[in-house]
Amino acid sequence: MGKVVLVTGAARRLSGLLVRRIVHEPQVDRVVGVDVVPPEEPVDGAEFVQADIKHPMIARVLAEHRVDTVVHMDVTGTPLGRSGGGRSSVKETNVIGTMQLLGACQKSPTVRRLVVKSTTSVYGSAPRDPAVFTETMQAKSLPSGGFAKDAVEVEGYVRGFARRRPDVAVCVLRFANILGPRADTPLAEYFSLPVLPTVFGYDPRLQFVHEDDVIEVLRLALSDARRGTIDSGTFNVAGDGVLLLSQAARRLGRPTVPVLLPAVTWIGSALRTMGMTDFSPEQIRMLTHGRVVDTTQLRETFGFTPRHDTAGTFRDFVAGQGPGLLEPERLARAVDRLSEALPAGSVKE
Amino acid sequence: MADAEVVPLDDDTRSRRGAGAKVPRGRRGSGRRNDSEQRTPAASLAPVPDAGPAAEPAAGPEADREAGAPVPGEAEGPVAAEETPGPVRGGEGPQERPEGADRDLPGLPDPAAVLAALGDALGGAADRLLGGPWERKVANGLAFLRRRITGEYEVDDFGYDRELTDQVLMSLLRPVFAKYFRVEVRGIENIPAEGGALVVANHSGTLPLDALMTQVAVHDHHPAHRRLRLLAADLVFVLPVVNELARKAGHTLACAEDARLLLERGEVVGVMPEGFKGLGKPFSERYKLQRFGRGGFVSTALRTRVPIVPCSIVGAEEIYPMVGNSRTAARLLGLPYFPVTPTFPWLGPLGMVPLPTKWTIQFGEPIATDTHPPEAAEDPMLVFNLTDQVRETIQHTLYRLLMQRRSVFF
Repeated sequence: MGKVVLVTGAARRLSGLLVRRIVHEPQVDRVVGVDVVPPEEPVDGAEFVQADIKHPMIARVLAEHRVDTVVHMDVTGTPLGRSGGGRSSVKETNVIGTMQLLGACQKSPTVRRLVVKSTTSVYGSAPRDPAVFTETMQAKSLPSGGFAKDAVEVEGYVRGFARRRPDVAVCVLRFANILGPRADTPLAEYFSLPVLPTVFGYDPRLQFVHEDDVIEVLRLALSDARRGTIDSGTFNVAGDGVLLLSQAARRLGRPTVPVLLPAVTWIGSALRTMGMTDFSPEQIRMLTHGRVVDTTQLRETFGFTPRHDTAGTFRDFVAGQGPGLLEPERLARAVDRLSEALPAGSVKE
Repeated sequence: MADAEVVPLDDDTRSRRGAGAKVPRGRRGSGRRNDSEQRTPAASLAPVPDAGPAAEPAAGPEADREAGAPVPGEAEGPVAAEETPGPVRGGEGPQERPEGADRDLPGLPDPAAVLAALGDALGGAADRLLGGPWERKVANGLAFLRRRITGEYEVDDFGYDRELTDQVLMSLLRPVFAKYFRVEVRGIENIPAEGGALVVANHSGTLPLDALMTQVAVHDHHPAHRRLRLLAADLVFVLPVVNELARKAGHTLACAEDARLLLERGEVVGVMPEGFKGLGKPFSERYKLQRFGRGGFVSTALRTRVPIVPCSIVGAEEIYPMVGNSRTAARLLGLPYFPVTPTFPWLGPLGMVPLPTKWTIQFGEPIATDTHPPEAAEDPMLVFNLTDQVRETIQHTLYRLLMQRRSVFF
């Protein structure tokens, strides 16, 4: 008997990719997507149930379809689509939705596995934190609000659930910034600004994880554990290596404008009001102090090595973007021309 | 252009330089080189000054390429000379006139040879100024510039930008190290050639210049070119600009997690366990080691089983003789102390110039930690004993170095 997988937040792009990826897996019988609105591109072979995870009715969905694997993807920082409410409705879905979903799972006799999409923002970003976070570290200053705080609360509920239902394998995946050729995250929006505002005097270290790796790690998490690996617990998921923001901007070919920290907050909120970007304060903190996580546990315990490193992920993202004002190729050519002006023989070195 | 030709050609040019008009130009050229010793791109264009781009870097790729190619050929003589008028005429500006004048006088040396010789002469001057074959230096400089502006360089998890540190930051600190403080480095071989090691040093001098100088000492003097990764106070990572530079120079926050990760990766980690207590102690207490924290560095070394290299720095205590500490100002600015020296804050920024003391950095015999089992890190008695041992070693070395010192400034 194969699995029946329930995917929450199914109308979102990433969940859609996951559904498409697992729907034809031999060990998966059925995939049930749940969201408040139907997905733009329905997936053949997958069922969709229009339901709100904030309502107790989700328990009926679990029972009706005899779901044994729940993938909770509806923990997000941005409202669904352009229309769907503001920050408060997002928070409600994140926190209340998780509570309802976990409550339903707790009562369901069939659920055997729970996979939760979380984020590395639970570590916060502060100058007094260690440079590299491992899964066991607690943030020195807990995120004060926004998506990061939601994620911290969600993880708290998930831990409580894991205590009450020890028979359910619970896997929390903390993803770094997700990027890909067609990513639609707030960070991707930031990188598509023609000129990148940065915080003066800070050059944060950024880490990215490729969409393909996200889907792959989720697929592994919802399948049975392979030999020698453990698939329950909390794991950081990020590509190898780091990019500095300045470096990323140069690779992207976008000029940066350093702005003093107080002004950044102000500009961020101004842009938010104008609806140009969803730039939350916690993202400003991330773009000030940066955040890097250690992925040893993911490699050694979970048994997954991301195929794309941070630089590769960013290259993929850059390829999907239009050329910037300071296109790296053009700058490189200009320097090459200078080099060619040198007498022959010296350039070979 | 072979290096061997460069020196004699300098004189040769002068004798062959028939047209008087060329002489001032040659001089002007090398004079400009003097100004722009560090500005390598400018120097790069100098050997082909007669083709325009030196005067107008934006003259365009074609001019550059044409001018660049014939230069080696010109040196060979009249065969190439036929081609030269083309590219030369392509250039704009003052050289048009002497060029034409030369052609009218067949008795004078042909212009191509003069140009080549001139180029060689300038190249020779550039070689001397840059301390090596200038073409290679300039090519390297351009390759560096290319990597920087396109972002194609590597940064490690801690934000350490090795290339920037080696090429720029160390070059900025080196004059201070070699010329200003005239640092004498002893016992550098005590840092192992490979594998992790924890360098533990005393801390003094109001501003952490001693840490930076130790970094230069390891960078420049270690035979295996090890890099010192310093652990810095959290204040460093709060301050704008400072935090950015510190991360790029390979520093990270002084916490057990970061230190452990770096040591496990086989890096040489530098720590100054006195912290602000050592840095901000009054002048009267110079060379008296403060408390070495809680011995966290020893337990980290025990856990990662790396040797501890004690390091004693003499000379840093006197760079800013801190005669007072304004607690009010410190509290207002959120700093751990606010130094009052004979010159600061009275002379303003001028008071921030350190005194040019003569320094000695002595690395001591490494203290092995792999003789203890890893769980020894949990044994407080052992940790305190080792901490004391390291502290005593540094203190005694300090006394010995002070006895040997002839004067603070020489």
